[in-house]
Amino acid sequence: MMKILVPVKRVIDYNVKIRVNSEGSAVETNNVKMSMNPFDEIAVEEAVRLKEAGLAEEIIIVSIGDKGSQETIRTAFAMGGDRGVHIVNDLNTEPLVVAKILKNLIEKETIDIVIMGKQAIDDDSNQTGQMLAALLDWPQATFASKLELNDNQIKVIREIDGGLETLNVKLPCIVTTDLRLNEPRYASLPNIMKAKKKEIIEIPIEETGVDFSSRLEVLKVEEPEIRSGGRKVEDVNELISVLKNEVGVI
Amino acid sequence: MMSILVIAESNGIEVDRGTLSAITAAQKIGDKINLLILEDSEQVINKAKKIKGVSNIITTSGDLQGGLAENLAPLISECAKDVTHVLSSAGTFGKNIMPRVSALNDSQQISDICEIIDADTFVRPIYAGNALATVKSLDKVKFITVRSTAFQAANDQEGDAEIVEGPVAETNGKSSFVKRDLSESDRPELTAAKIVVSGGRGIGSADNFSILDPLADKLGAAVGASRAAVDAGYVPNDYQVGQTGKVVAPELYIAIGISGAIQHLAGMKDSKTIVAINKDEDAPIFQIADYGLVGDLFEIIPELSDKI
Ligand SMILES: Cc1cc2nc3c(=O)[nH]c(=O)nc-3n(C[C@H](O)[C@H](O)[C@H](O)COP(=O)(O)OP(=O)(O)OC[C@H]3O[C@@H](n4cnc5c(N)ncnc54)[C@H](O)[C@@H]3O)c2cc1C
Repeated sequence: MMKILVPVKRVIDYNVKIRVNSEGSAVETNNVKMSMNPFDEIAVEEAVRLKEAGLAEEIIIVSIGDKGSQETIRTAFAMGGDRGVHIVNDLNTEPLVVAKILKNLIEKETIDIVIMGKQAIDDDSNQTGQMLAALLDWPQATFASKLELNDNQIKVIREIDGGLETLNVKLPCIVTTDLRLNEPRYASLPNIMKAKKKEIIEIPIEETGVDFSSRLEVLKVEEPEIRSGGRKVEDVNELISVLKNEVGVI
Repeated sequence: MMSILVIAESNGIEVDRGTLSAITAAQKIGDKINLLILEDSEQVINKAKKIKGVSNIITTSGDLQGGLAENLAPLISECAKDVTHVLSSAGTFGKNIMPRVSALNDSQQISDICEIIDADTFVRPIYAGNALATVKSLDKVKFITVRSTAFQAANDQEGDAEIVEGPVAETNGKSSFVKRDLSESDRPELTAAKIVVSGGRGIGSADNFSILDPLADKLGAAVGASRAAVDAGYVPNDYQVGQTGKVVAPELYIAIGISGAIQHLAGMKDSKTIVAINKDEDAPIFQIADYGLVGDLFEIIPELSDKI
């Protein structure tokens, strides 16, 4: 039976309007609502569905980050994750470092499928899954909107710029989730209670054996020029007239 | 001397608009630019030869079918041996392949750059474009994807590149291409269109979505959508504009029945002129629209299509 690994990231909640800190060095995360990256929720949901269908035996949740990450791991437990690993790092961990840490874990655990979000909505990098696939020399099914698991292979439908693409990938493999793969469930109260008892192993990042120094130095973070709204027009005639005479696009 | 490899995305006929933008970005870094064509197509190669600023066209052969990352990443790595930068556009093709190549070369990729400060330093949007980070790469070889709306398309008429035979793609055997279902449309491509007409949840159904057709026809516009409209099945996924869909920056963007969530704005706020049509006068989209019209889209759109 299969083991599935789902990495999850704690990020600023997608509904929060972010602010750059006063030093202009980062986005302010103090006293801001944090949540699981939405794409990772979709990844957890997909893993739980495979388990519920009797196709997987165990779901391991990993998160790399500060101590708040344990809350994110517990959220994944409440959805159906079985046990957790928390790699403790108070600073930002770059995608390549994340991929290296995950690779080490996977080699210890014999994992069959890694399901992870296609991007984190904080740094919007869209890299880690593909990097992990490279380091393991596994196939990658990115931006997945439908999975069909049979025997030792997954048939995946992917969202691409021109439409949809279908691939077959052999296990073990990496899947990265797109928005339409599923709709994540809300955890029930009993499951939230059960989640409190599930095991999380803590490993300081220094003990992973991975060089976690930054390769991308952040020189500054700033807010983009805010586009100020214009004005309301009265009716269709006025709209056409401004587009013709003021803007000149039509 | 900076030597740059640009990975082309092509469609059997020509390299796409995103690749031409990546070439413009490459020209801001250095002047020896090699363009890697991952398709065994004479037509694509002959057309690419004329792209201004490209020194060499590197051709490839072997198992290129479906552009599988598993087969292409080692080949791209081989072509990247003597370069300082590897660039592609930040469409789904580049997003899929570039990190795989970057990791094979133990380099931390820089995604979706929108400005080049110098050969090591780049600006990129984070948090759905609500912040801009200036980052300096300490890696020897830099792997970069380029936001195509931030760089003009390179001239593809006046160049005269050399053709150099490149490596052969081998089958990795762990993945296989089955098929591609591309949306058919006579309209301009969303990311290249001068005018985009986008519909949101306010349109109400897949059938209703055709209310936008006469307007798009008259304006020669591409049609886009919000995530809510795609999720509800009104239109296919490739219509989605936003943080996790396509990024567009046309001369004119008309948002119809779209509330203006930050994730949607991330994909269109660099449009030159934004028009919003919404029945809710407090909809956030009006805060960034140049011209707002409050009212029922089912009355406004037919009238607008008629009179325009
Ligand atoms: C991780 C993540 C990624 C996301 N990525 C994207 C993305 O890439 N792109 C994207 O668009 N969204 C994205 N979203 C979703 C985003 O948060 C919003 O939910 C979505 O953009 C809302 O779409 P909408 O404006 O069409 O729908 P709604 O917010 O429901 O707005 C509908 C609007 O239509 C108006 N309306 C209704 N009827 C009429 C009528 N008859 N006439 C005129 N107006 C009418 C209403 O007043 C309302 O303002 C993402 C969300 C998450 C969590």
